Amino acid sequence: MKDILQQLEDRRQQARLGGGQRRIDAQHARGKLTARERIELLLDDGSFEEFDMFVAHRATDFGMQAERPAGDGVVTGWGTVNGRMVYVFSQDFTVFGGSLSETHAQKICKIMDMAVQNGAPVIGLNDSGGARIQEGVASLAGYAEVFQRNIMASGVVPQISVIMGPCAGGAVYSPAMTDFIFMVKDTSYMFVTGPDVVKTVTNEIVTAEELGGASTHTKKSSVADGAFENDVEALAEVRRLVDFLPLNNREKAPTRPFFDDVARMEESLDTLIPDNPNMPYDMKELILKVADEGDFFEIQKDYAGNIITGFIRLEGQTVGVVANQPMVLAGCLDIDSSRKAARFVRFCDAFEIPILTLVDVPGFLPGTGQEYGGVIKHGAKLLFAYGEATVPKVTVITRKAYGGAYDVMASKHLRGDFNYAWPTAEIAVMGAKGAVEILYRSELADKDKIAARTKEYEDRFANPFVAAEKGFIDEVIQPHSTRKRVARAFASLRSKKLSNPWKKHDNIPL
Amino acid sequence: MFKKILIANRGEIACRVIKSARKMGIQTVAVYSDADRNALHVKMADEAVHIGPPPANQSYIVIDKIMEAIRQTGAEAVHPGYGFLSENMKFAEALEKEGVVFVGPPSPAIEAMGDKITSKKIAQGAGVSTVPGYMGLIADADEAVKISKEIGYPVMIKASAGGGGKGMRIAWNDEEARDGFQSSKNEAASSFGDDRIFIEKFVTQPRHIEIQVLADKHGNCVYLHERECSIQRRNQKVIEEAPSPFLDEATRKAMGEQACALAKAVGYTSAGTVEFIVDGNRNFYFLEMNTRLQVEHPVTELITGVDLVEQMIRVANGEKLPFAQKDLKINGWAMESRLYAEDPYRNFLPSIGRLTRYRPPVEAATPTGVVRNDTGVYEGGEISMYYDPMIAKLCTWAPTRAEAVEGMRQALDTFEVEGIGHNLPFLSAVMDHPKFCSGDMTTAFIAEEYPDGFQGVTLPEAELRKVAAAAAAMNRVAEIRRSRITGRLGNHERKVGDDWVVSLQETDFALKIAADRNGATVTFEDGHSVRVASDWTPGQALARLDVDGQMVVLKVGKIPSGFRIRTRGADMKVHVRTPRQAELAKLMPEKLPPDTSKFLLCPMPGVVVKISVEEGQEVQEGQALATVEAMKMENILRAEKKGVVKKIAAEAGASLKVDEVIMEFE
Repeated sequence: MKDILQQLEDRRQQARLGGGQRRIDAQHARGKLTARERIELLLDDGSFEEFDMFVAHRATDFGMQAERPAGDGVVTGWGTVNGRMVYVFSQDFTVFGGSLSETHAQKICKIMDMAVQNGAPVIGLNDSGGARIQEGVASLAGYAEVFQRNIMASGVVPQISVIMGPCAGGAVYSPAMTDFIFMVKDTSYMFVTGPDVVKTVTNEIVTAEELGGASTHTKKSSVADGAFENDVEALAEVRRLVDFLPLNNREKAPTRPFFDDVARMEESLDTLIPDNPNMPYDMKELILKVADEGDFFEIQKDYAGNIITGFIRLEGQTVGVVANQPMVLAGCLDIDSSRKAARFVRFCDAFEIPILTLVDVPGFLPGTGQEYGGVIKHGAKLLFAYGEATVPKVTVITRKAYGGAYDVMASKHLRGDFNYAWPTAEIAVMGAKGAVEILYRSELADKDKIAARTKEYEDRFANPFVAAEKGFIDEVIQPHSTRKRVARAFASLRSKKLSNPWKKHDNIPL
Repeated sequence: MFKKILIANRGEIACRVIKSARKMGIQTVAVYSDADRNALHVKMADEAVHIGPPPANQSYIVIDKIMEAIRQTGAEAVHPGYGFLSENMKFAEALEKEGVVFVGPPSPAIEAMGDKITSKKIAQGAGVSTVPGYMGLIADADEAVKISKEIGYPVMIKASAGGGGKGMRIAWNDEEARDGFQSSKNEAASSFGDDRIFIEKFVTQPRHIEIQVLADKHGNCVYLHERECSIQRRNQKVIEEAPSPFLDEATRKAMGEQACALAKAVGYTSAGTVEFIVDGNRNFYFLEMNTRLQVEHPVTELITGVDLVEQMIRVANGEKLPFAQKDLKINGWAMESRLYAEDPYRNFLPSIGRLTRYRPPVEAATPTGVVRNDTGVYEGGEISMYYDPMIAKLCTWAPTRAEAVEGMRQALDTFEVEGIGHNLPFLSAVMDHPKFCSGDMTTAFIAEEYPDGFQGVTLPEAELRKVAAAAAAMNRVAEIRRSRITGRLGNHERKVGDDWVVSLQETDFALKIAADRNGATVTFEDGHSVRVASDWTPGQALARLDVDGQMVVLKVGKIPSGFRIRTRGADMKVHVRTPRQAELAKLMPEKLPPDTSKFLLCPMPGVVVKISVEEGQEVQEGQALATVEAMKMENILRAEKKGVVKKIAAEAGASLKVDEVIMEFE
């Protein structure tokens, strides 16, 4: 009997070694942790329950039957993050370079099915050379099985991908369909075709890092939502993100004890808006001063800086924030910012996370670049996302809310529950200068007259009261009381029930 | 007494004057430029008058505008503060003409003390010890050498109209005297349009010690003892104290009496300061007299109990001094730290912007300690580039110097300033510097002790342990809170462990934490243990912890798996990890910050107006490379050293963040 028990331990020991000590050392030498070490860092101490430790591949071509390591290049299972259940798969680069075989894919599919059934997030730690060539189409089929599950799980349980090594070819499409992608700087890359193929086909000479490194995907392509210094930091931050997310779409966003005054007054916000309406200011200051404990988890920090997206907590509960950033492109909406914010709004709506929108938007960015790029349809994504969202929506207009962009930014007309404005708000069809130039075209030659007209327009429209008179603004609030007012607004919406008409699915302008 | 006075100044000194005036029941009028529309002094005053655009030469120092503000408001007297019009004879005369009282000395005294050579002559005449030197005009380099020999090397060759170190040379021999004379003369001519030069003895181991005097219009003059102002950076005072740790009773008395003799000789009234340079043997020599209230006057107020602003106003009103020399004792010790909006890590480059957080320590006065903060800013206020970068003067008082220094350390640790670069860490570093603590400093202290600038403080191990223990205790609170999130798997909750590894400043401490009702015991690997008690909760930016009976104040921010902690001039990433996490973290490659010495980085957020060089161009030290506009002001960025431009990364019109690369050098 004892021998049999010992045999299990021996087998486990063998499985845990993955591709062996030599490859583990090589992994470490690259500045990367092993699949199991990563799981240790991701999950609460000792909470990991493994599945399919002894699964081995079934390939026989190319002499593959000679080497059938236990686990087949991916470690799967479940565990807890601060006591809350998550499912996890972690690709093991030390086993066949983490390449995806039929059985490797089956292991991932198994935990994804369980995650959807049991209502817990899926976290994938990607570190794979790609398809297992030796298995041919079986490997491709494996990918597709995973893709199908990504699609089915989307909007049911949060899916998070962390790219911690190579992720190339078809492999990229699984992370691409998850809710969040994070990358590790210098040790991870993602691309559909690698530098060699790029060179052959297009003659472009580019390094893997330039083509698909963390910097590329967080700043240029927006494929990734964030990048971290190393594996340790990345996994710590993923834990932090998980604390913001509900486990599934049937649950409310999580709440945890908080140590902040709900009614905290921030006198300094009364001077946040500069005297000069064309001077920028940092909208992040408002976010940090409204949030519990100044804690903000930003999504896509390095992309489309003219809009800010991320998670805060109010009274301990998660709230998604979308905010125009006057520091970048005057906070205008454009293709990139509309896409970025639309995706974020839809995530929040899918997972019952209330949305706080902070508005200082001068309009849409003009130009051929934007029109040719399809700003009409991209801008419509954000409009659509806000309009279809049924979660609590609270909006604060700090300064400009001009034109169509005013409508888009969670206005009252898009079923915004609360639309608050600061006294500095200007809700108007456009800025005074532009409006006067259209309204008084015949007087344009007379500078004095135009100045007087501009002043007249400003006095009449550059304030929140015209909108407030019409009930488009529910209340004009003091900047220093923003946290209190916003928190109370969300508190009043805790039992909000709103549903859209039945449909198979909508047809958002993709 | 006056019913209304106008304060022809801004910032902390305007606020300071308003406080005393209000205490005396006098109405106050502030003046302000466009940049100061929302400034604190405007909020504090009973009335405020707008006097023009932000640059001081279009507002605060335009006599006509101040006169107009006086007429508008009917102010009977004007307090000029320091700087601006405070030592402007024409202003004093203009006021006289209008029958408005100037809260300061009579204009002839301002004039007499305004010129270096004249003031030195008057001082000599009044029996004040002056630096041996030649007062007359020096014809040529030969004469300069002759005079230098007579005085005895080392000598200092100085421009008569000089200031700020310009037109100043030190010579140790004939050859240097000859060269120095010529270059001083040239520099003086180009900088001041006045090439008069004088030569004097160069004082070794110099300290800057000054005497506060106060004289009324009835012939009474007293001195309120000395202030030591040796901690200076490029002639800018940084830390002052009273009394001086260096003076003995006899020297103090001699300096005080000579200061009063000088004041009397020029018919001085109001508060004034006679500056001396003191050598290692306590020989003191007159430097100059400042005919105004000094920035560092609070330390004198703290050791004498005299409100100098109040006395200035009373003297201006013709009242007699309410005390005689014998009444003025030195009580305890006072320190002043000047908080500058200057980034110590960027060679004290002025920093501007919005004060997103500004929480000075709570002012308090007890028999064992005083904390006083004279400030002109507030949270949410704007630091503009138009004026002096000093934003606050933090003072502490205690019965002894050591206690005043300790009080200052605590006060600095408690002072929260965010949004701009500031010198708080540097001030903290000086407060812990052994040389400063011993009182053994000269005016060269900063140049000698921080020759390569300031890179932050590395704490001694005993201090690191305290911070590590504190971080472990804070981390425990934060982790337990995290484990109390909703949606947990019942009966399978996370248990927060007791074993942690705290890493800070390249040091790892393995420790065990055991919490109880009153705090926690943190036991280090070597068996050493400390008690930590605190009511800190996550999110609090300031942590006050009792570590083994000692108060530790930390500024706390969040980083992945740990905290950013600032204390005692150190700015640290403090990681708190489980032993296993720490083991794995060790495997992570160390990423060195990129070498930025080959780059021109944008020093502030702004827009590139112009790139003045091309790729491949050779540039000389000091050559203009690019112009960046920030806050509507153009800043010319110059080459720090000779080099060749390799790549230009930003083009005109680009909007850059701080530290973004503008160009790269070969």
